[in-house]
Amino acid sequence: MPVRGWIEIDERYCKGCELCLNACPQSVLSLDMDRLTPKGYHPAQLSADGCTGCAICAIVCPEAAITVYREVSTRRARSIAA
Amino acid sequence: MTRQLLKGNEALAEAAIRAGVEAYFGYPITPQTEVLEYFSKRMPELGRTFLQAESEVAAINMVYGAACTGTRVMSSSSSPGVSLMMEGISYIAGTEVPLVLVDVMRGGPGLGNIAPSQGDYNQIVHGGGHGDYKPIVLAPASVQETIDFMDLAFDLAEKYRAIVVVLMDGNIGQMMEPAELPPMRPVVRSEPDWAVTGAKGRERRILSSIYIQPEEEEIVNIRLLKRWNQIEANEVRFKEYFVDDAELLVVGFGTAGRISLSAVRAAREEGIRVGLLRPITLSPYPYARIRALAGQMKGMLVVEMNSGQMLDDVIRAASGRVPVEFYGRLGGMVPFPDEVLEEIHRMAAQPASPNGNPRESWMKRLAIIEG
Amino acid sequence: MTTNAPTELVYQRPESFTETVTHYCPGCTHGVAHRLVAEVLDEMALRERTIGVASVGCSVFAYNYFSCDFVEAAHGRAPAMATGIKRVLPDRVVFTYQGDGDLASIGMAEIVHAAGRGENITVIFINNANYGMTGGQMAPTTLPGQKTTSSPYGRDVEQMGFPIRMAELLATLDGAGYIARRSLHDPKNIRQAKKAIRLAFEAQVRGSGFSMVELLSTCPTNWGMTPVEALRWVEERMIPAFPLGDYKTME
Repeated sequence: MPVRGWIEIDERYCKGCELCLNACPQSVLSLDMDRLTPKGYHPAQLSADGCTGCAICAIVCPEAAITVYREVSTRRARSIAA
Repeated sequence: MTRQLLKGNEALAEAAIRAGVEAYFGYPITPQTEVLEYFSKRMPELGRTFLQAESEVAAINMVYGAACTGTRVMSSSSSPGVSLMMEGISYIAGTEVPLVLVDVMRGGPGLGNIAPSQGDYNQIVHGGGHGDYKPIVLAPASVQETIDFMDLAFDLAEKYRAIVVVLMDGNIGQMMEPAELPPMRPVVRSEPDWAVTGAKGRERRILSSIYIQPEEEEIVNIRLLKRWNQIEANEVRFKEYFVDDAELLVVGFGTAGRISLSAVRAAREEGIRVGLLRPITLSPYPYARIRALAGQMKGMLVVEMNSGQMLDDVIRAASGRVPVEFYGRLGGMVPFPDEVLEEIHRMAAQPASPNGNPRESWMKRLAIIEG
Repeated sequence: MTTNAPTELVYQRPESFTETVTHYCPGCTHGVAHRLVAEVLDEMALRERTIGVASVGCSVFAYNYFSCDFVEAAHGRAPAMATGIKRVLPDRVVFTYQGDGDLASIGMAEIVHAAGRGENITVIFINNANYGMTGGQMAPTTLPGQKTTSSPYGRDVEQMGFPIRMAELLATLDGAGYIARRSLHDPKNIRQAKKAIRLAFEAQVRGSGFSMVELLSTCPTNWGMTPVEALRWVEERMIPAFPLGDYKTME
């Protein structure tokens, strides 16, 4: 089962450039067309389930706006707990 | 310390070393190449930094980088090379880090020649790189003065975070004279509170000359101006000879001043009441002293190896209180003392018109001389 | 998203990247290049002994985005300024960050000689085939036929010559220790770019000579494209003209 991940996009930095949308292998990102960042851009957002915490969005983001988390996989979790 | 026979270019380099200069970046150009060559030999002996850059443009920017670290650093060049350095000098002024630059002047404009001249007075004293800043300019007239001014140059540059140019006529770099070098001072490795050296254990620093908001740039410009006002108030230097009872005042800097001194001495022996004022700082200029002396004089004679650049500063200082005349040689020609003596005779016998145009009348006299 | 499983942080903004919002256009890969350099400075723990030299171009305010000591150079002169700093402080890490006008046009003499002398500095060279900051004029890296604001009919090689390949050119110099060209147009290439940047800084720390990473980058605004379209242009047009690879490596 794929690891579950999630991201936080800091709206101070996001300029709605869509590079993360374009790069996401799970296609779980979209621009939020109902909101504007303080600088007036439509920010990117997680808009579907399926993020694996692969961090490809963070790799392509020119603003380092994305923080990526994921669940530790069960095998690793067991070895951590041990 | 003993007096030795020293060549100007080599003496200034050794004097800078003894004043604790830690790095030299330069480029060959006549008539100051010996400065570069001397440093290339001495700096490695002392474990200090030397590098011949690929051009004067690169050299001044290497100096700029090193200066940003708080290192005592200098460069040297001659007229065409100094033109290449103007951009770098402006950036250094805008960043407010210290610079010591030696300019050994030669005939110009353009490629000109390698003979001595004073043709860069306006470029260095009034012009230079773009923007609102003024350099401190020292004008030695001998190898000894050149030696003495190197230490002074570094101290002034660091005290005021200013540009200091040691403006030498080409012959001073080339000639050999008996002179005394100071003792070796240890290199003082201190880090000024603005220096960029790697942000270990402190807040990081930025050194830049860019202030994209005009409001901020204005504040910087005013800060530079206030610092200049302090320099003007405290750092004017000049030498005077025979002025107490003088009716005629000769004003000349560097070699022109030194040659004029010979003429003034000869004139005094003939009983002519003439004196000499030789500015040491061309910037800040001794306006106040010349203005004061103008009150007691019947005439002033400015002697230069150019077309009359300091002349305009003397006219301004005289404030119309006394006629000002001019004698100059150009293109690398150096006047003889008897040429200046003849001018003194002429002025003593026949007072100048206060409404004259000094350059025009000088050019007419030159025509008479050339025949 | 809430979870009861243990979680780990996979990626966050590097420490050497300040909190200042950049002025770069949306999707401009200057930001990616900055981020990669910041990540390497963090990973190699170099921040406290690094001095950056900003140049003139879109990245003129680079010093606002890196949290190390920084100086600002005149246009093209960054390698000379970096030389001055490195020569007097040889144990610090000195890098320049330059665009194609700064490095390959007005600064051509300075970069060639810094590389020729083998100065132990690291140069990050952003190649986006135009002069970005001043509005998209022709650069020494502009492609034949490419329209810019100063080559409105397209770069005519008869009149305006051919693009200059800086990585190849500098690699001919014995003083060069590590010269590589990478691209920032997709995640795989970005990862490889980061590795090259890391090798470049390692070359400096080891004293292996001059190091440079040329990064093919986008300029969506002046190319008149969306950020995503611009990535395609790098891949399809720039890479054939500026092949990726290692042009000089340390033995």
